Amino acid sequence: MSEVKYIKGYPEYMRELIDVVNKTRIKRKDYSPPAMSKEERQDVLKLHPDYAPGGKRKISIGQNKGDIGPNEVVDLLEAYPLVEDEEIDLSAVDYDAEILIIGGGLAGTSAAIWANNQGVPAEKILLVNKLRHGDANSIMAEGGTQAADRPNDSPLIHYLDAMGGGHFANKPEVLKALVEDAPYIMHWLLDLGAMIDREENGEFTEKWGGGTCRRRMHACRDYTGLEEFRVIRDEFRNRKIPSLEFFPAIELLTDGEGRVTGAVLCNLETSEYEIVKAKATILATGGFGRLHIRGFPTTNHYGATCDGVVLAYRAGAKLKDADTVQYHPTGAAFPPQIIGLLLTEKLRSMGAQPVNKDGEAFVFPLEPRDVEAASFIRECYVRNKGVPTPTGMIGIWLDTPLIEMKNGEGTIEKAFPGMKRMFERFDIDMRKDPVLVFPTLHYQNGGVETDPEGRSTVEGLFVAGEISGGVHGKNRLMGNSTLDCMVFGRISGIYAAEYVKKAKRKGKSSLEHVKKYANMLQEAGIKPERKAPILLPDYRGKAALARMIDVF
Amino acid sequence: MKEKKSIMDRIAESNKSVTTGIDEKDIKHWVKIHVMGKAYKVPAGLTIMQAMEFAGYRFIRSAGCRAGFCGACATIYRKAGEYKLHAVMACQTRVEDGMFLVQIPFAPADKAIYDINQQKYHVGTLLKYYPELARCVSCNTCTKSCPQDLEVMDYIQDAIKGDFKAVAQESFDCIQCGLCAVRCPAEIVQYHIAQLARRMFGRYGCQEPEHLNTRLKEIEKGKYDDAWDKFLKANIKELEKMYAAREREPD
Repeated sequence: MSEVKYIKGYPEYMRELIDVVNKTRIKRKDYSPPAMSKEERQDVLKLHPDYAPGGKRKISIGQNKGDIGPNEVVDLLEAYPLVEDEEIDLSAVDYDAEILIIGGGLAGTSAAIWANNQGVPAEKILLVNKLRHGDANSIMAEGGTQAADRPNDSPLIHYLDAMGGGHFANKPEVLKALVEDAPYIMHWLLDLGAMIDREENGEFTEKWGGGTCRRRMHACRDYTGLEEFRVIRDEFRNRKIPSLEFFPAIELLTDGEGRVTGAVLCNLETSEYEIVKAKATILATGGFGRLHIRGFPTTNHYGATCDGVVLAYRAGAKLKDADTVQYHPTGAAFPPQIIGLLLTEKLRSMGAQPVNKDGEAFVFPLEPRDVEAASFIRECYVRNKGVPTPTGMIGIWLDTPLIEMKNGEGTIEKAFPGMKRMFERFDIDMRKDPVLVFPTLHYQNGGVETDPEGRSTVEGLFVAGEISGGVHGKNRLMGNSTLDCMVFGRISGIYAAEYVKKAKRKGKSSLEHVKKYANMLQEAGIKPERKAPILLPDYRGKAALARMIDVF
Repeated sequence: MKEKKSIMDRIAESNKSVTTGIDEKDIKHWVKIHVMGKAYKVPAGLTIMQAMEFAGYRFIRSAGCRAGFCGACATIYRKAGEYKLHAVMACQTRVEDGMFLVQIPFAPADKAIYDINQQKYHVGTLLKYYPELARCVSCNTCTKSCPQDLEVMDYIQDAIKGDFKAVAQESFDCIQCGLCAVRCPAEIVQYHIAQLARRMFGRYGCQEPEHLNTRLKEIEKGKYDDAWDKFLKANIKELEKMYAAREREPD
């Protein structure tokens, strides 16, 4: 069992390539390629996985029929339900709630607290989680949260940055809500006791984010989402709001007149179903990274499988911008144990530079994410200036030692403890050596169409966070996702609370809409080979699967 | 005629999964690990989590973010012939030949219930809510079992003294996996105590950010309302123009 020889975490040939990067560092310290013009951006974007042909097709049924979506998403929209109507006894209700919240990341957990603040008693709220409460993309957010609170900034400038980043497809009123509530969200976090990076005088430490023209990124070292989430979850627990874990929703319930009235849950361990009746339902199930669109690795957590979009679509909710996928430019490409994991954009905000095989800086480090990612692909696959890894990937150096050179020794330890720790576990010292990166599947830009009050197009159904579509247009900026979760978690909680106060007694609960949907699939000639939601990805090895027998 | 492969196909090929995309015949280096007592031959270089999946496990529990942030995959292992018990995250640790491992489900732990708005920034607060703090025997097992390499015992000592700032800073990188608490002979729940300390420090131990307060007042007074009318009515052409005219503040 001879092992590959590594020198400080890298095989010998990569060491030699690192020497090339080391040699040009001094020259690059005060140099950066200029930002691209609009034309240059459009040209390089042709290489982006979201624009390159072959990845998308038309949705053949339902309210967005004719719109395009990534093949992997359309596969799930054109899939049959997990259970048949007849298998479920809807008369035995296990939970009778005013508000049901599906998904316990930043958005869902914030929604619960604000519904409670708005007067809905804790015991009348139910939060359900597919995995543990907090197994969500939220806690993995590293870089920061945008809020325009410095004197030279304003919500209007934040609005323009996000509009341009989103290719002007953002819903104006929804985006306004996001940027205008941002300062208030920072205030809420401080009130809850979140430890946001501060200067000596109490002001926030604010850094750059890609595509912005002001420094407005608020971070908590490089554990921003973790800190925001654990504080909010702690508050949730202090309110004694009921929650279930390992209980994904597998279908919504409707009253047959187009109103959502609860959901069918499934106990992941016993496979028993349970019925929740609710006057309002908030979907906060996150995104779709684990669909590995176009074969890309992902930064996303284990449960990011697009469940909520599937459920909402069957219930009649319209989708918006569900065709666009965000690839984060800097996913880890080496070592193989961490392929796809996120290396925060904040590394580039603090001076780390993308560098090719020949030690050249080839792109402005803070282009919008899609432009930055496409330029990496061009460098690796068109200009052939990428660095191959032992597993066959091709990557770009991210010259992290520049961070220390520009900001002083010790900066990485202080600002990126999580990142430094991750590489150290594989013997790589990112303070001394660059790290290898390649774009990774990061974010679902669109989803279930939302309005400024967090409503979907279906009565009784609200959405918050990554599942929603409209606020980010075709491309989300760094620091606007944690913000989205907290702003629209709060807003959906408040408006759901208002809604349930006025709503009539719950109507009947049925799976009629699911039956109708299955009929539509049949009429469209779609074979019943796929089922959705998929709930979890399957990473079992080929050999193990080949010998698997069903005996138990 | 063979069609030239598109860039997307080439990328997908080089990005193939290290567990599902690999044929046994292409694996050069193998190691043997023991999962809950059963031996499996797995490719060298995978994480513990990937190796278990390669071997045929499909996780429901003990897998979460898969990136070292959520603490769901707390795992302990011993190597044959060694006395030391290692505590790690399965998603962040490379398999080694001869590992005997087991994954630890999340152990029940009592969390104090409190209203953060009603607390006093007082040295006795942590002891009031978690009196078992005083049972610490300074054995350092918590520190040794922390997969984030935090100085857990040190911050517990700071907690006994009521030093919120020290606890907050020492414990900041905690991912609340719970390994410290399951190994603590004094049955202290370190990560809950640290959570309260951080919230206390964040809420009461820092100066107010003046700029934020100013901005909140401006929004409340409607400073931007007129501009919003213009912004919301702007068509894409006008927005594009405004976007292009932005000036980037100096670095």
